[in-house]
Amino acid sequence: MKEIYFDNNATTKVDEAVFEEMRPYFCELYGNPSSMHFFGGQVQKKVDEARGRVAALLGAAPEEIIFTACGTESDNAAIRSALEVFPEKRHVITTRVEHPAVLTLCRNLSKRGYRVTELNVDGEGRLDMNELKNAVDDDTAIVSIMYANNETGVVFPVEEAAAIVKEKGALFHTDAVQAVGKIPLDMAASKIDMLSLSGHKLHAPKGIGALYLRKGVPFRPFMVGGHQERSRRAGTEATASIIALGKACELAARHMDDENTRVKAMRDRLEKELLRLIPARRINGGGAERLPNTLSIAFEYVEGEAILLLLSEKGICASSGSACTSGSLEPSHVLRAMGVPFTCAHGSIRFSLSRFNTDEEIDTVIRELPPIIRRLREISPFGREILAQHG
Amino acid sequence: MWDYTDKVKDHFLNPRNVGDIPDADAVGEVGSLACGDALKLFVKLDEKKERIVDAKFQTFGCGSAIASSSALTEMIKGKTLDEALAVTNQEIADYLGGLPEEKMHCSVMGQEALEVAIARYRGHEVQPHDHEHAEQEGEIVCKCFGLTDGFLKKVIAANKLHTAEQVTHFTKAGGACGGCIPKIKELIAEVLGEHTEAERKKPEKLTNLRKMQLIQDVLEKEVRPQLWADGGDLELIDIDGGNVQIAFRKACAGCVSSGYTARFVEQKLRELVADDITVEEVEG
Repeated sequence: MKEIYFDNNATTKVDEAVFEEMRPYFCELYGNPSSMHFFGGQVQKKVDEARGRVAALLGAAPEEIIFTACGTESDNAAIRSALEVFPEKRHVITTRVEHPAVLTLCRNLSKRGYRVTELNVDGEGRLDMNELKNAVDDDTAIVSIMYANNETGVVFPVEEAAAIVKEKGALFHTDAVQAVGKIPLDMAASKIDMLSLSGHKLHAPKGIGALYLRKGVPFRPFMVGGHQERSRRAGTEATASIIALGKACELAARHMDDENTRVKAMRDRLEKELLRLIPARRINGGGAERLPNTLSIAFEYVEGEAILLLLSEKGICASSGSACTSGSLEPSHVLRAMGVPFTCAHGSIRFSLSRFNTDEEIDTVIRELPPIIRRLREISPFGREILAQHG
Repeated sequence: MWDYTDKVKDHFLNPRNVGDIPDADAVGEVGSLACGDALKLFVKLDEKKERIVDAKFQTFGCGSAIASSSALTEMIKGKTLDEALAVTNQEIADYLGGLPEEKMHCSVMGQEALEVAIARYRGHEVQPHDHEHAEQEGEIVCKCFGLTDGFLKKVIAANKLHTAEQVTHFTKAGGACGGCIPKIKELIAEVLGEHTEAERKKPEKLTNLRKMQLIQDVLEKEVRPQLWADGGDLELIDIDGGNVQIAFRKACAGCVSSGYTARFVEQKLRELVADDITVEEVEG
């Protein structure tokens, strides 16, 4: 069965052009960029080129890019560095809706004697900048706020947040794993100190990430050892993956308009049609500014895992904020933080698109999903009322 | 993705006996929207009111919840009420070729709905557990899912559960805020009887050799796993009489609260090995 892939916030297809770009760096051009000979030197040139391409997508300078193994490593490196830079400061601010990469780290810090403030979100998933203003003080070492939420696609006002934080002398980090490649960024005109990105969310392979570190911002490395990445991240460079990430960033820059027009139009059509065809549903974060590719929609009185399994039978891949899919027993922390009622949270489905999706695939979801919801509501002891009301 | 058997998939994709029986003899409801799954079971008896001639269900829940409900209705048709009551949650899971352990609570829900239905039919008013029915027999242990000690003890005994994690997989208890996990551990100890207690009880008199073995045991089984959970670790450096020397590793090394951690280790060792133990943090 050919997959219809609408789970691009989980991971993406490696673009074939990206794969071609990295392919020679396994069996042929396998040199170590640190080596003195020509064979390593030619790889060094490609790594430099990749660094330039990543920097260009972010509007940054090449020396501001540090390659890491993943988004999670970038997040850990940024936050832990800030705590070492300011050993006397014992306060960290983040949000209740962060990715576990940041949230778990912060919660562990709170067990180690740090004061951690988790900012709230409203019913649409939006932050309140006044809450941030009141929370940040002289004791704050770092504020980490995601650029865009992975589950709902809600985009946060990180520039405004960074300005507030910089005024108090703390560092500002953003987990931009879901934003990079989907919305334009310009670090040159920004106040952000550190920014995390992940390769596999923008059509590069898994196992490669990067940390943007603004020039002049003090930094203590998370990984120590050799002098790679200007001693900011030790360990032999993952050359093929770095070259792949560079290519992926170049392609992302080229496709940025497409992402914000064609991909957005597909998402909007999917949203509009599902709202029209299915009763008793709501868009999570529908009232907020969102990524162009993400749709989180909650169906009352049905359970997300059951929806996903029936979609999967039709070849459609999506994801859910339901408890049953994660092995945890509570619905997603993001939806709970937004106060989404339990009746809806258990039945939330996320569709996340990419430039590889087509209008025909959208048509398939619009055709297949309404009968699936109807069928599960017929089985559900609570769903019959809805069906009686709406026919 | 869950590794569901073909039988589970079949009963989820083609559920048997969905619907209701307007003139049902017995109806049992368990679960709620807030809990994330709920089941309403309808049972129809023959004219002599002896055997089950029809059973139907409505379920809100995941794939395995729907499959378990479907399996249950198939299994109880043709049985007498007593025979039906004897169906265990394990038998429901077996009928489906097994369920992932994390999903065993779905089979428990089926068995429970049946019990409620039959008890009601026989004139016993029972309150199934859920958020709306907090008032019921026994003491509420898991506040998030509204589960009582009586219910948990029954499931622990029936399925011979011996860790809190298993209890969560079978009943959901402790799966949300986790506040009741210590209480669940007490219930397990109570149900599984004295031998668990005896194992943990402090021995009367110890030879030096036995004491050293016990100290190592407690550090391995009771202490280090808790430190790992926070990214820390410790190493046993030496034991000199009652003086236990340890060095902290990973996140514990240089951690501001390592003093507290050392006291925690000492407390554990005093509780489980001997009262005279002191713990000293050393460089090593």
